[in-house]
Amino acid sequence: MQFLQFLQEWPLLSIVTFLPAVAGMLILLIPGDRRETIYKAALATGALVFLISLLVYLGFDVDGGRYQFIEQYNWLPQLGISWYVAVDGISAPLVLLTGIVMFTGVIISQRIEERPREFFGFLFILATGVFGVFVALDMFALFFFYEIAVFPMYLLIAIWGWKQTREYAAMKLTMYLFIGSVIALIGGLAMYFASGLGTFDMVALEGANFTREFQILWFPFVFIGFAVLGGIFPFHNWSPDGHVAAPTAVSMFHAGVLMKLGAFAALRVGIMLLPEGAKFHLPWMIFLTLVNVVYGAYIAMVQTDFKYVIGFSSVSHMGLVVMGFASLTPAGYIGAGVQMVSHGIMTALFFAVVGMIYDQTHTREIAKLGGMAQKMPFVMVAFVIGGLVSMGMPGLSGFVAEFPIFMGVWMSDKPWIAIVAAISIVITAAYIIRLIRRVFFGEFPAEFEGHVHDVRPSEKFALGLLALVLVLIGIFPGIMVPMVEAGVEHVFTLLGGM
Amino acid sequence: MGANYLAILPEISLAVLAALLILIDLRLKPERKHILPGLTAGGLLLVLVATLLFARPAAGAGESIWGGMLRHDLAAYIFRIIFLFGAAATAILTQGWKTVERRGEFYVLLVLSTLGMTLMAASADLIMLFLAIETASIPLYVMAGFMTSDDKSTEAGVKYLLFGAATSAVMLYGFSLLYGFAGTTDLYELSAAAAAGDLPVLGLAGVLVLALAGFGFKVAVVPFHFWAPDVYEGAPTPVTAFLSTASKAAGFAVILRFLLAAYPLEVANWGGLVAVMAVVSMTVGNAAALAQKNIKRLLAYSSIAHAGYILMGIAAGTVLGATGVVYYLAVYLVTNMAAFAVVIIFFNVVGSDDIASYAGLSRRHQGLAFAMLVAFLSLAGVPPLGGFFAKILVFAAAVEANLVWLAIAGVLNAILGLYYYLMVLKVIYLDRSEDESKPLPVRRSHMAVLVVCLVLVLVLGTVLGPLYDWSTIAAGGLF
Amino acid sequence: MNQTIWLTLILFLPALAAILLALMPRQDKTLVRWTALIASLIPLALTLFVWFAFKDAPANAAGYKFEEQYTWYAAINSSYHVGLDGLSLTMVLLTTLLTPLAILASFSVEKNVNAYMALFLFLETGMLGVFMSLDLLVFFVFWEIGLVPMYFLISQWGSEKGEKQLWGGMKVSSRTYASFKFMIYTMGGSLGLLLAIQLLGVVNQTFDLPTIVTQWNALSNSDVLLGGFTTVGIAKAVAFWAFVIAFAIKVPVWPFHTWLPDAHTEAPTAGSMILAGVLLKLGAYGFLRFVLPLYPEQSSQYAGVLAGLATAAIVFGALSAYAQKDFKRLVAYSSVNHMGFVMLGIAAAARAAGTLDANIAMNGAVLQMFNHGLSAAGMFFLVGVIYERLHTRDLDAFGGFFPRVPVYGGILIFTSMASLGLPGLNGFVSEFLVVRGAWAIFPFFTALSMIGLLFTGAYVLKGIGKTLHGPLNEEGAHHLSEINARELWVITPLMVLMLWLGVLPGWLLSVINNAMQVLFG
Repeated sequence: MQFLQFLQEWPLLSIVTFLPAVAGMLILLIPGDRRETIYKAALATGALVFLISLLVYLGFDVDGGRYQFIEQYNWLPQLGISWYVAVDGISAPLVLLTGIVMFTGVIISQRIEERPREFFGFLFILATGVFGVFVALDMFALFFFYEIAVFPMYLLIAIWGWKQTREYAAMKLTMYLFIGSVIALIGGLAMYFASGLGTFDMVALEGANFTREFQILWFPFVFIGFAVLGGIFPFHNWSPDGHVAAPTAVSMFHAGVLMKLGAFAALRVGIMLLPEGAKFHLPWMIFLTLVNVVYGAYIAMVQTDFKYVIGFSSVSHMGLVVMGFASLTPAGYIGAGVQMVSHGIMTALFFAVVGMIYDQTHTREIAKLGGMAQKMPFVMVAFVIGGLVSMGMPGLSGFVAEFPIFMGVWMSDKPWIAIVAAISIVITAAYIIRLIRRVFFGEFPAEFEGHVHDVRPSEKFALGLLALVLVLIGIFPGIMVPMVEAGVEHVFTLLGGM
Repeated sequence: MGANYLAILPEISLAVLAALLILIDLRLKPERKHILPGLTAGGLLLVLVATLLFARPAAGAGESIWGGMLRHDLAAYIFRIIFLFGAAATAILTQGWKTVERRGEFYVLLVLSTLGMTLMAASADLIMLFLAIETASIPLYVMAGFMTSDDKSTEAGVKYLLFGAATSAVMLYGFSLLYGFAGTTDLYELSAAAAAGDLPVLGLAGVLVLALAGFGFKVAVVPFHFWAPDVYEGAPTPVTAFLSTASKAAGFAVILRFLLAAYPLEVANWGGLVAVMAVVSMTVGNAAALAQKNIKRLLAYSSIAHAGYILMGIAAGTVLGATGVVYYLAVYLVTNMAAFAVVIIFFNVVGSDDIASYAGLSRRHQGLAFAMLVAFLSLAGVPPLGGFFAKILVFAAAVEANLVWLAIAGVLNAILGLYYYLMVLKVIYLDRSEDESKPLPVRRSHMAVLVVCLVLVLVLGTVLGPLYDWSTIAAGGLF
Repeated sequence: MNQTIWLTLILFLPALAAILLALMPRQDKTLVRWTALIASLIPLALTLFVWFAFKDAPANAAGYKFEEQYTWYAAINSSYHVGLDGLSLTMVLLTTLLTPLAILASFSVEKNVNAYMALFLFLETGMLGVFMSLDLLVFFVFWEIGLVPMYFLISQWGSEKGEKQLWGGMKVSSRTYASFKFMIYTMGGSLGLLLAIQLLGVVNQTFDLPTIVTQWNALSNSDVLLGGFTTVGIAKAVAFWAFVIAFAIKVPVWPFHTWLPDAHTEAPTAGSMILAGVLLKLGAYGFLRFVLPLYPEQSSQYAGVLAGLATAAIVFGALSAYAQKDFKRLVAYSSVNHMGFVMLGIAAAARAAGTLDANIAMNGAVLQMFNHGLSAAGMFFLVGVIYERLHTRDLDAFGGFFPRVPVYGGILIFTSMASLGLPGLNGFVSEFLVVRGAWAIFPFFTALSMIGLLFTGAYVLKGIGKTLHGPLNEEGAHHLSEINARELWVITPLMVLMLWLGVLPGWLLSVINNAMQVLFG
């Protein structure tokens, strides 16, 4: 929006990156017994961060430069490391996504009884890591924040997670993600030295002209290393376990934002810096994503645990994101960019709903649930909207995202992949409908009578906000797509314009 | 090669401090002896400040002083600061350690060992080097076995002594061969002799292996690591802290200078050997650490693994590698010191080093738990803590030197490390215990050490510039 | 371009009203009902306005009037493009007409009225969108959107009785089964459509229908597409079948019809009215608007298959209807039967596009769509009336009701006759036109379908006979009461139109014919 462009003069990105961590540290200093104060402080932080991320989004000028809100300060100039942040058309929506998920995640976490101070402290450090990755234009900073985003996850899941599996899941998740990131890190260092530029500045590295052999050698390390966090097959196994074991807000953050982190970093470091490698390897990697998409959906369909269904659906949907990348067509990338946001919001909504139901019923067995719509109609409506997004129902953001991805695949060198991948749409429809029906409709189990109530107004607000975004993007793609398109355009100047 | 007194100011002042401590200890009434740790720490800090202010060498390759016995350069300077800081922190941490607290000789030994280390860092001559190593080591043998009533401590002292003596002998044998080949004991002239091409390569390589035995013992790398777990476990924990930080740094200071600055063989000739040692060391250390139930043993094995990471920087044999080594050692000092501080504080109250006894710590004392979290995550190499950047530097050095396989072995090991660090943190944060509500008093002085270390861990992980500059200049001076 | 806003108004007013209804207080059900009714009458009024202004409205090059076009999804060259020709106008009129009637018919719904009415109005937007869209992507959006409210209408407000055993041995209620089947069938069918639309979009770089029709047909069959993946000829054939299957499921064409009896039977009365009245027309509309213009060659090539399937639908639909014991199922199968005629007309037109016979058949098909909309809605409503009183639809539980409910009986007979195709009523006109047109093109299938018409008579008479005549079924009659005023308000407009179109079909036919001339002339 034109009138908001003065915002670009402000160091909003630095603020939005560091604010959560600083606030988290301050929250850690509040005496532990003052729960109300802790929650209010967290909520205020969440709201503020959301607001700033919104300003970043609105202040982004679609017709402006590739990178906007640029800030650059020396960090370690001897090694060419700088605090160099900016957003482009792909990352600006992701910043907004993070803001939304963080804000709603905090609202949903009001019910946290156990050590809320540490919970919000760790959650906010995680948020700082996420923002840092999305805005970093310096590869060192990107890795720096990437790992900051990963490790709090361990504690968040292990301490506040679901008792049955939390230790196992937390460790599995951490191990997978760290292996992925350090492997990618080696690739990043190799790029640093091979470029001969002596800088981690990714804008400079984009023009480094790595040899084709170098790119072909290193692309898989970097891309897969990051894509592990994006849930790429066969390294997706950590994700459903992690999602399920995590407490609600963390699942929201995890599936909503963190998985995007993997895909985004794979794009920014993998594809954008090693375009020749991308062109060489992505055409076969598209098969992996196909497995993600179809197999993930199938596995989701046969789950009996509410949360596992959602967990595997994320695998399926994130597969579409990477499939968009692998299509190597602008449409695919536009779709992938929108899908990251759409899936982020949608899955945050899902996990919020799962959490609300679990908090009251203490079960996630689909078979034991039922009739929830009678007690929490608003939750049902929100979940249905999310479910329809998941099915790729037109008029909602999922369609806006998935349609171009499929178009992109049509335009790639293997159009038949689109046909196979489309099977997932029906499978998704099947399990989403089943979920809606079994959980929200039908008989209300007598055992829950009396202790299942409607959710709090604040929680309704959170769900409403998430659902609203899904609907808005679906009806008016123009509020997001042109921005993503501008970002994708640049990716394709690097990929040699196709 | 003049008589540069300022250049050996730290050594002089340490010697004076040791003498003063002996005198004070003699004059001090038994009930006042608890001031000894503070006094020692204060003295060491004074030396530290004096060193910082007056003993700074000019940037560059440095110069040989005192008849070529010592080298006055930035590398020596930084290592001295590291040792002094480590020794001061150790002295403070001995407060409240029953068997040690009131024993003046302990502190004298500490200061003397530190003196030996500072000399190790600066030695430019084979004879001097050996003397320095022994000066540093012999007090440590005594310190490790200081709790004479404790079998484990006694065992630690003896074991350390035997291992140390054996490896010293081997090393000395190597030194003598070297002298035989080159006809000089001056490290810097050795390389000149090599440049003339009249030293047998095979012989030099053999000597290197012998010397590495001695150095490897000091820094506890595989296969010279067997003493470490038992000694770490048995010795008084502050001594363990000192062993694993300052003493290790001293060993690396020697390795750096000996291999990079002085040794008359190209990196290509010994880089592979060191790289293999690095991989084996980190793998063995990490794998063994996985199974540990005692926190000190765990840290012992972890320190073996860290020695492996640091060796990566040396195996690279580049300025960046050496920079990484220096940076890593500085970070490792503050990080491990913080971890041991927690262990000591905890032991002082609870009387146990079992990892299981740490259950519920996060509920019992949030600050202490958080300190452990920060320290362990830094050890694991998680940003924004110092360990992250230190690891990046050594990995980068490996990649730069085309040792990608080494870097990959390193990162995979880092994952292994992360696993057992997280397991400890899990116990601290997740497990419950009946003692949760009991108080856990912490001495102010201990807390101060902890806070300083943690702040440094964070600072070294975020404000990268100053130490990196120093490290680079120091590393550059070696070449 | 001369943009008007009439279509947008008609299209989105129901959706806005739906949102309003969802937010209204739940206590006052009467208020909710009347709000919904009034909200649905506004689009009707607007449609009537458009209807009368249609003749003189300026048309664009492709013959569409009241056109509107705004940027929607610029990244993939899709725009919000709506417009009307005679075909879509007829369908829009049918939709806006049936929706208020259906809402009026659902005044007896007690459960969750807000949500029910909101879904209904939302459904209206979905259906209208399909008829108005001139952009393939936007069309698909509305095509799919309509599924959601219908799914919930069936699964939440459907008949409460009945169980169905699944292959897992698990038992679910019939409405659950039916709604699930409806959703998955239609979504599965749409999958090919979705992929084919993507293919078209990729090839043409736009989703704008008029543009695509021109560009796509200009391609030579041997041109290579998608970087050598396929040729235009293959792509067209594949895409043709993808479109056909999607629409055939919706129509439904035999053998894709099995979802329909389940869905119809389980849906609430008004749901069945809309389902049979409008939703089935979406499929037929798809054939006329997309399949024939986009794939004239393939259409002509495979028209025989379509005609065969249409005949099968006519014959088997009628036979199946005759075999039913459930009154609503009977009516449901009659839809299969009647929609068969629509398909037959379309098939005939596809084979011989441009000829007079084809034109007649097509006019008949479109008129049949409208007529079936009236009569099927009427029939389902009348079934619903009796079901509401007796809570059963079993024909064996009925019998001899005529004396007890003479008005209802009269209406039922009248509507059944319209459905049967009695001359003088609307069904006759359209079926005659179809048969007249198709005769010259597919004599064999047409002859067969005439035999099917015989069975049509049989099952309609069976329905009437079992309900109204014979010995009085005391048990059933116990709860029976005469049709009430509200219900009369629902059925009367339908009856008026049935009679009117039976006697004077010209006003509607001229609109349809004009459209057909432009489309296929």
